[in-house]
Amino acid sequence: MLNHYHWRGTLEAVCIPIAAIFFSLVLFGIFCALAGADPLGVYASIYKAAFGSWFSFQNTLIRASPLMLTSLCTALPAQLGLMIIGNEGAFVIGGIGAVAVGLAISSAPPTVVQLAMAISGIVCGGLWIGAVGALRYYRAVNETISSLLLNYVAIALLNHLVSGPMRDPSSLNKPSTYPIPALDMLGSIPGTRVHYGLIYGLIACAITYFLMRRTTFGFAARTIGGNIRAARIAGLPVGKLTVAICFLAGSCAGLAGMVEVAAVQGRANESLNANYGYAGILVAFVARHNPLAASLVAVLLGGILASGGILQRLHSLPDATILVFQGLVFLVVLYSESLYGRFRVFQDQSTVRRPPSVPYVPRPTSL
Amino acid sequence: MATEALGWWGVPLGIAAGTLRGSAPFLFVSLGECLTEKSGKINLGLEGTLLMGAMSAYAISYVTQSPWLGVLVAGLAGIVLGSIHAFLSLQPKVNDIAVGIAMIIFGSGVAFFFGKPFIQPVAPQLPALEFGAWSSQPQVQSALEICPLFLIGVAIAPLMQWFFQSTRWGLLIRAVGDSPDAARAMGISIFKIRLLCIITGSFLAGVGGSYLSLFYPGTWTERISGGQGLMAVALVIFARWQPMQCLYASLLFGGAQAIGPALQSVGVTSYYYLFNASPYILTLAIMIVTCSPKRTLRGAPGTLGSSH
Repeated sequence: MLNHYHWRGTLEAVCIPIAAIFFSLVLFGIFCALAGADPLGVYASIYKAAFGSWFSFQNTLIRASPLMLTSLCTALPAQLGLMIIGNEGAFVIGGIGAVAVGLAISSAPPTVVQLAMAISGIVCGGLWIGAVGALRYYRAVNETISSLLLNYVAIALLNHLVSGPMRDPSSLNKPSTYPIPALDMLGSIPGTRVHYGLIYGLIACAITYFLMRRTTFGFAARTIGGNIRAARIAGLPVGKLTVAICFLAGSCAGLAGMVEVAAVQGRANESLNANYGYAGILVAFVARHNPLAASLVAVLLGGILASGGILQRLHSLPDATILVFQGLVFLVVLYSESLYGRFRVFQDQSTVRRPPSVPYVPRPTSL
Repeated sequence: MATEALGWWGVPLGIAAGTLRGSAPFLFVSLGECLTEKSGKINLGLEGTLLMGAMSAYAISYVTQSPWLGVLVAGLAGIVLGSIHAFLSLQPKVNDIAVGIAMIIFGSGVAFFFGKPFIQPVAPQLPALEFGAWSSQPQVQSALEICPLFLIGVAIAPLMQWFFQSTRWGLLIRAVGDSPDAARAMGISIFKIRLLCIITGSFLAGVGGSYLSLFYPGTWTERISGGQGLMAVALVIFARWQPMQCLYASLLFGGAQAIGPALQSVGVTSYYYLFNASPYILTLAIMIVTCSPKRTLRGAPGTLGSSH
């Protein structure tokens, strides 16, 4: 009996998102048809470009790995009941930190440089969002707003550093830092074109899932999220936990910035600000703040992002089509959040205690 | 350029001109956000609305050669996006901030989708009122060319202040934002009030977008907004949910935006980006100083940010 306790709930958590994605595909098909393209052809192209072959699936995975990491920046504080949207800022700061360290010690052995860059990205991103958590706890500054503001500060800092103090004079039309030596770049997983950032992302999702669902630390955090007054009365160190979890959250996004710099771009410039942060927020919400689900949703979104080019080439739709598709998917999936608990089929019969039914006593109808 | 002749006097003049030119989008967006937040919901998606407004105004102005029709259509586009946001964010268990971010993606996607053919052509612009004819300095003349749309925005601010303070509808909106239970007890439909507030707020943001493409900077590109829609949320906090203070805050933010370019014109280029970030740093500093764990922020609608 206990083993079967939650299966209807799990079924609900699988069926509703899938139905939502199908519905958004239908809406997108209508949109494409109105724009004069063949919806079925567009579906086929998106599928082919995202998951159709091993070659294209690798493209999807490359785009998915930063999303896995940035989504944790929203998903972890959500366990505390905090709503942080500073992913973009932590991502950018992590990237800057990684480049600064990578350039400073470029004479060291490559493994040391890579490790130092990763640690620098983790620490910089962690401090960035950790500060948001500290402001929230000690000064009651709304974490959503402060993290949003810090995004702009981070982007301004990036632009300032790459156009001034850290600028490579040879980068003329697009100010950049000096490039990280090719030797120190993160390599690809053997046999693929996918860089090691994917492994970082998968490990981070697995660790945070374990941390949040299977340890006392995670239990304490979820207690705070559930009822902060009860947590205080129980003697939990609310302040420390808040700052620690925000630090962890930021460090994930910072690591994503490091991966972007050390595996893809090779240098820091304005391309670092490529909306991986904002997309990560949506991944976290669609995954309902579950780190394992976030890794799957990240692959899905990575697939959508990877199919941008093909729509332009094959169906002569503008490249913004993929933005419309992304927006539609997320709007419908977010709407589906309100459908949980509305369908009888998914209710656990054992949890619903019906009042004892009154025996049906046939009575002669009086005419 | 022109400011060179004035030397360092060009800096304050440049900032003043930038304030008069650049604060209108901030003003419309923040008034729209203020109205939305007074009813207890946040609309982070105004960035998408702003882009949609800018695109549709430019397109309509180009096709019909009538910029004012463009402004109207931009407002209508705002209403459409606002209705979507309102419908979704008013469902139970749906987070309004997440919907806002999805609306930014959707709104900018639709705007770029339909706006692609209008990047090249030149659309007729909104007229400017020449308030600087008395001056012989061409810089002063160009600084005082003010768009009537900006003056409309300036007029809306005190009107909205009066609306919140002295009308029955204003009271109802404040009641819904502060204490939905009390409002429900009064027999008010919370859903309807919030729906209307979000849609009207979005209308204002759409009109703000038309200012971007039809007056300043006066073209349609995909990078036209630069985060002004997202800023609205911070601006409204800065203004303590008071429409009149939204006006002052918009002027301040518009002015702060002009510091970097004004200094650049006299040769100070090194801290350009940091000056551009000054409004954000200022807002954050003010929040750190004025917030306290012991009390909530003064003026904040009671249910803001909760899932009530």
